[in-house]
Amino acid sequence: MTLHIVVTAKQVLDPETPLSAFNVADNAVSTAGNIPPVVNGYDEQAVEAALRIKEAHGDAKVTVLSCGTDFALDVIKKPLAMGADELVLLQDAAFENSIDPTMAVAALTAAIRKLGDVDLVISGRQASDWDNAQVPLGVAESLGWAVATIGRKVDVQDGTVRVERVLPDGHETVEAPLPAVVTVSNELGTPRYPNMRGIMAARRVQPTVWTVADLDLDGTASPAFELVSLKKPERAVQTEMITGDDDADAGRKLALRLREERVL
Amino acid sequence: MADALIIGEITDGAPASATLEGIAAARRMGAGQVAVLLPGADAASAASAAIAGGADIVYTIVDGPAADGEFDALVDAAQAAVTLSGARYVIGAKTLTGRDVMPRLAFRLGTALASDCSVVSLDDSGRLIATRPVYGGNAEASVACLGSVAVASLRPKSVDALEPDTSRIGEVSPLAFEANVRTRVLERVEEAGEGVRLENARVVVSGGRGLGGPEPFDSLRELANMLGGAVGASRAACDAGWVPSGYQVGLTGKTVTPDLYIAVGISGASQHMAGCSNSRTLVAINKDAGANIFKEARFGVAGDWQKVLPAFMEQLHELMG
Ligand SMILES: Cc1cc2nc3c(=O)[nH]c(=O)nc-3n(C[C@H](O)[C@H](O)[C@H](O)COP(=O)(O)OP(=O)(O)OC[C@H]3O[C@@H](n4cnc5c(N)ncnc54)[C@H](O)[C@@H]3O)c2cc1C
Ligand SMILES: Nc1ncnc2c1ncn2[C@@H]1O[C@H](COP(=O)(O)O)[C@@H](O)[C@H]1O
Repeated sequence: MTLHIVVTAKQVLDPETPLSAFNVADNAVSTAGNIPPVVNGYDEQAVEAALRIKEAHGDAKVTVLSCGTDFALDVIKKPLAMGADELVLLQDAAFENSIDPTMAVAALTAAIRKLGDVDLVISGRQASDWDNAQVPLGVAESLGWAVATIGRKVDVQDGTVRVERVLPDGHETVEAPLPAVVTVSNELGTPRYPNMRGIMAARRVQPTVWTVADLDLDGTASPAFELVSLKKPERAVQTEMITGDDDADAGRKLALRLREERVL
Repeated sequence: MADALIIGEITDGAPASATLEGIAAARRMGAGQVAVLLPGADAASAASAAIAGGADIVYTIVDGPAADGEFDALVDAAQAAVTLSGARYVIGAKTLTGRDVMPRLAFRLGTALASDCSVVSLDDSGRLIATRPVYGGNAEASVACLGSVAVASLRPKSVDALEPDTSRIGEVSPLAFEANVRTRVLERVEEAGEGVRLENARVVVSGGRGLGGPEPFDSLRELANMLGGAVGASRAACDAGWVPSGYQVGLTGKTVTPDLYIAVGISGASQHMAGCSNSRTLVAINKDAGANIFKEARFGVAGDWQKVLPAFMEQLHELMG
């Protein structure tokens, strides 16, 4: 039996965007200039985790699901270039990227049901836009599947998934029966870079596109939140730069200044 | 019956600080009667501390998988407690456990979680308004919760607990529920380092990619020891393998609120600042005068840490005798 792994991947604004290019206006976030979006970093790690399982397992297929309104195709195809087999875009004006995860959960859940034979879903621990850290948990609850979060190692064996989870001071190994949802963290390690062959192959793939109608989602998800305000946080710090004749002198003056202020 | 339910936790036989903060948040927003769910072997004794901390009703679970901290069972328990209490507002914390339990609970209740909130309040029509950092801390959102039950989790240390009042009276009752555990813990490995715990330290000295390798962290350890503090790190330093992931301070690492936070070779990305910006005094040493960290620091030195730090430590030695 082919092991069917779904990876969820979100297209997000590049979190490395310099603050000077990061704008918040009219309750929306935008970037100045032409800074391209990226695949959410943890989702690249999810692709990496899926490919490692595929390599260990042999008979496995990796389908990538991404939900949104607009996609930069060369960006969202990166998982294919890394080695994923298929890409399904859940694309509809209704899938607006909002702070409310309800729609993304509904769309991803419906798509996983539509695929039908999914054994394992691997997601990133959180998306670096709204930092919700809950879509995969919502998908697991909607499907009634087992879940394990913040993995640094994911293995599939005999109808179960074993996940080594990162803890604040250590780690633990958990086991869940398939089908299951797993999220991964940066501790999994650096995701592989796409090679030339992968990039060329990805270029030829036409992603499947599913809309609200294809997913039978009309009017099913009622929103959980209404956005009241979105703004840049105020920072009230008065910074005092300590200077000296040279770096060492500045270091000494820093110690003296901190003592003067009774910080030390 | 209660208006608010706090999904609580027990640490060292007492309600976790995050739980007391949740109770305080519910009381301050004027939610009415506050119930707390306390799973754990010490729940009976922890219950009185929860009541002194502002709770009116405590639901205890003293044994079984929820008391042992199994997430699946905790979600089942929390769902049962919501039903039993009839609460409109459910508040948890973004702790190791809350990170998993709170979103799942929210979806079971037909809504979503307002996660990692710094402030919760009620508007005139009784809707829960949750304020939370988003985009790694580069923006701040306020949302109104629309469901019949509002579910929010608080970022630890963003609210002060109430002064304990041991004369307060409350009700304690064991919670009955059915647990369905599917994800099982096979093995847990603790890697807590020696010395002061990072989360509790009064002084934290953190290093970033600018340190260039694992060895310079020895200097940071020496400085931390001098000041009775602990060593932290940016994600870049952890990812490079220079220090264990338990050192990470930030959005996806630990939240620290020391009296003094010294950041060495850290650029001050919002995701890092999310874990340390509530420190009383923040000091930064960075060779790039334009680094973001200098917008957040109280005191800064724009210089090479290899020159600045030894001189700083030498002067400190002198001052401290
Ligand atoms: C969703 C998400 C979650 C994240 N969570 C976290 C988190 O919890 N914690 C975290 O830390 N990061 C987190 N990050 C990563 C974060 O965005 C930054 O990439 C990271 O904090 C950068 O680490 P750094 O400051 O050490 O490295 P850099 O940004 O590379 O900065 C290194 C600094 O060192 C300075 N430097 C170099 N040499 C010297 C020298 N000789 N002397 C003095 N200064 C020198 C440089 O000027 C530079 O400013 C997260 C990112 C995302 C997208
Ligand atoms: N719109 C989306 N499309 C695909 N995957 C998503 C989407 N939103 C969230 N996810 C997945 O869920 C994880 C956690 O996201 P979040 O709950 O939004 O922080 C991400 O790392 C993705 O794997």
